[in-house]
Amino acid sequence: MNQEFEPAILAFVCNWCTYTAADLAGTSRMVQQPNVRLVRMMCTGMVDPKYVIKALLSGADGVLVSGCHPGDCHYINGNYKARRRVKLLNEILPQFGIDERRLRLTWVGASEGNEFAATVNNFINEIRELGPLDVRGMAAL
Amino acid sequence: MATTVRIEVGEHGPVPVLQDFFRKLLADESLSGIMIPVHLFGGGMPMPTLVTDPAQLDRADPLAPAFPMSSAKLVSRLSKGSAGERFAVVMRPCEIRAFMELVKLNQGSLEEVILIGMDCPGAYDNMHYRDFLGEREPMAASADFHKALAEGRKPASVELAGACKVCEHPAPQGTDIVVGLFGGDISSGIQIMAASPRGEALLGAMGLPPQEPDGKREAAVAALVSEREVARDAMYASVQERTSTLEKLAQYLGSCVNCYNCRVACPVCYCKECVFNTDVFEHKPWQYLDWAKRKGSLKLPTDTVFYHLTRMAHMSTACVGCGQCSNACPNGVEVVELFRTVAARTQKSFDYQPGLSLDQAPPLTVFREDEYQDTVSHLA
Repeated sequence: MNQEFEPAILAFVCNWCTYTAADLAGTSRMVQQPNVRLVRMMCTGMVDPKYVIKALLSGADGVLVSGCHPGDCHYINGNYKARRRVKLLNEILPQFGIDERRLRLTWVGASEGNEFAATVNNFINEIRELGPLDVRGMAAL
Repeated sequence: MATTVRIEVGEHGPVPVLQDFFRKLLADESLSGIMIPVHLFGGGMPMPTLVTDPAQLDRADPLAPAFPMSSAKLVSRLSKGSAGERFAVVMRPCEIRAFMELVKLNQGSLEEVILIGMDCPGAYDNMHYRDFLGEREPMAASADFHKALAEGRKPASVELAGACKVCEHPAPQGTDIVVGLFGGDISSGIQIMAASPRGEALLGAMGLPPQEPDGKREAAVAALVSEREVARDAMYASVQERTSTLEKLAQYLGSCVNCYNCRVACPVCYCKECVFNTDVFEHKPWQYLDWAKRKGSLKLPTDTVFYHLTRMAHMSTACVGCGQCSNACPNGVEVVELFRTVAARTQKSFDYQPGLSLDQAPPLTVFREDEYQDTVSHLA
């Protein structure tokens, strides 16, 4: 697609699993594309739908929510709540032309540095393929 | 079998007869009051009023095609915590469904509330009710409205509220007592049904002549529902087409001035403090300039689309389609059309029907471990 296009991606990652995995990927010197900005949350269960909406309306081309595998949540069940919220958003946003591939939920455990790097790289490539969610020209959002 | 009674309507029309029915009901020693729409100032808008003195029911007008606000939030006030006494509330089906949602969210209780549901053919929004009324005596106008509908005539040149024209729940569900208006001629009689053991006890004690159910009401409701469903689906298609991109959505909301009236009027928006009224949205001057520079221009007030999308995420699964959001909008944004279209999809995805059963938990208050595997991506 557009060779000039560099996706901007916001990732809400949980402190206990995916952030730790990101840390591991970094300290292990795994090569990752630099298009993702991480926001460290205590739990994916505290990712309010409005954070995701605000990110997309403010210029993010994709949003990743990533936390502990089922059964591993530090707060017992926050990731299950996140799953319902992401499902909800993926019913709402596509009605307004936001492709549901722009909002993804993944489980990446603390020891899975490899998986984190691969997840991020693959997501960036997918969004690069999808092209920009162009909100830049929209004065009223 | 459930008690069904008939009250005869004489030459004075259905409104005084219903007032009389509610007066007798209020005489039951188990009830201390009744909330019902009352014309407090002669003409004008009938407002929900908590009446304890039976004599003051003489301006009550439960048939008025006016819907100034959803009384669900009011009944939430009346029932959150105990009054120590039992009272009845006369509500429209959509108000009852909204109240059920509030009960599920611990914002009210059915413990001391006797729900009386009115069959509801629809109502006018606030501006159009005034036009409908004109110079007429309001209670006579209410009777005329129902008479015209029963005869298949359009009651007035003004249109019913948009929400009502696409409402597929004209008959109340989950109540104690139902006042049946469909399928009969209410200028000759009205049938009233008990719909719960509590309603049975109250209605049975009144000693009114029983009526054999003839199935006419059910048939009339079914016909109305299928008509409404066609209109509703056409509305969904139209809204989807008009909001299929973010830009079109922004245009659809183009006259919104961020007054948040829709949220205030919404019976299921129950948060004490909404994030959109907090410091989070007290932006600094340099932020506005920064955003404007990034895009070249910035519409003020900001965050309009953001507000509506967030509200969809917060309440669309609970939306009962009452249309009070549109009624409260000062600028004619088609709010209920948009929210119902979104809600249709979110409610379907969680297999949720708001307000119909207390056993169905609001989708975002529960979860199961083994559900919605499709929502999780495997990108590695």
